[in-house]
Amino acid sequence: MGLCENCKKSQATFHLTNIDKSGEKVERHLCDRCAVSEGLVQIHKPTAFNETLENVIAGDQRGQAAARQLVCESCGLSYLEFRNQGLLGCPQDYDQFCEFLATLVERAQDGASHHVGKSPAASGAQMSARQDISKLRRQLDDAVAAEDYERAAELRDRMRDLSGE
Amino acid sequence: MSTPFDEVARRSTEWLRGVGPLHEIVISTRIRMARNLAGYFFLSRADSAMRGEISGAIQKAVRDCGPLSTYVDADVEHLSDLDRMVLVERHLISRQHAEGSGARRVVFDPTECVSLMINEEDHLRIQVMRSGLQMDEAWEQINEIDDALEQHVEYAFHSQYGYLTACPTNVGTGIRVSVMLHLPALRLTNELDKVVQAAKDLKLAIRGLYGEGTEALGDFFQVSNQITLGRSELEIIDDFRGSVIPKIVEYEQKARQALLRNRSSALEDKIFRAMGLLQSARLMSSNEAMQYLSHVRMGLHVGRLKSVNLQTVNELFMQTQPAHLQKLQGERLNGKQRSIARAKLIRARLSNN
Repeated sequence: MGLCENCKKSQATFHLTNIDKSGEKVERHLCDRCAVSEGLVQIHKPTAFNETLENVIAGDQRGQAAARQLVCESCGLSYLEFRNQGLLGCPQDYDQFCEFLATLVERAQDGASHHVGKSPAASGAQMSARQDISKLRRQLDDAVAAEDYERAAELRDRMRDLSGE
Repeated sequence: MSTPFDEVARRSTEWLRGVGPLHEIVISTRIRMARNLAGYFFLSRADSAMRGEISGAIQKAVRDCGPLSTYVDADVEHLSDLDRMVLVERHLISRQHAEGSGARRVVFDPTECVSLMINEEDHLRIQVMRSGLQMDEAWEQINEIDDALEQHVEYAFHSQYGYLTACPTNVGTGIRVSVMLHLPALRLTNELDKVVQAAKDLKLAIRGLYGEGTEALGDFFQVSNQITLGRSELEIIDDFRGSVIPKIVEYEQKARQALLRNRSSALEDKIFRAMGLLQSARLMSSNEAMQYLSHVRMGLHVGRLKSVNLQTVNELFMQTQPAHLQKLQGERLNGKQRSIARAKLIRARLSNN
């Protein structure tokens, strides 16, 4: 344990090992304050997290109050009954409870919010355009990540064509 | 107490034949689809009249549907407990369907590769099972059945959420792919963590032989998808076919080779001890039978046992289950009587195959 290599006053608590451009190993030993001033760590604000948490709880309580009022007009199931038994009462619940159900579905489905895949023949054509777009969007993300901007531009144009139809 | 299911219990099922790609380790491939009819409540809100209407509408669709019209159609509500358990042990219905209440049915083809549960958690659950790793074949068949039925019923479908299901964990494709694996060597070498990790990386779940909430018996495990929304059926299937299952199969093969190389006496002891117990015991619980049959099955595949027929072993896994045993004996048996009957059945089948 040594002193901070920057200010040489405080104890170094921040240790970083990096490989620089020439492939050399670079070690840094800094105190908290110097690490922050170099932009290596974010300023620690204990209140920030608590505020977020409180908002979530308050939001949830407001949500609970609203959810308590929520009853499906079609099947008569209340949102709270659904939360207790885990099963919905009718297909309309997906729309009637959408405000609360959306986050729940996303949580259960690894962040997904839209169907991709098979659909009944009747709504097929409409769905397949949507699926093509969503596939193109994923390819576009990949192209951007790979910094292949030429391909990205081409994919963006194809998406524009499809959604314009 | 003669019912059509006495005959069913005596038969083997197509998917237990021990054929198909990677069948030494992959017992079966199963795809299940959850569907609900538009215009009705889900079952938790449906009264008995509505349950009956739903069941009737699907039954009619099945009858009007060329390829399905010759299937066996059974009224699960009015079957005996024993017949229901036979269907569970054959993976034709779920435990939940057996133990449910109200109007509910099962429709299955004579080879038992296809089954349709009516009024389980959703109005309709279509299931296709295949021996070994046969994803494409299973998908093509279930997709065809789904298309054919859709000509006769209107499914509840949502432009954002896809096929609507009673539980939001099935919404979207409504598809659940499950692969049943036999992993005795990974268990013996304490390497099941690898399987759990491989599955977890792709958000797949690992369960016991009879699905949700069941423990792994006799080294059998089911790997199945959790996510049904935001990925197409083929993308979901590709996770299994392309990476997870081949990887797990390779782990198991390596573990078997390592056992043969480094601990061959210990391995042989497991196999021949199991064989000895199965051939000699006078009382045998079903868990014990599963475990010893599992070791014998591995013995066949690593070439240490040659005197036993694989299909016999595969069939015994099913026939030694409590309901099958009672069907084969033609009478109700308590736990102790079953242990005696089970030991006797196994001795007879293993000395004569």
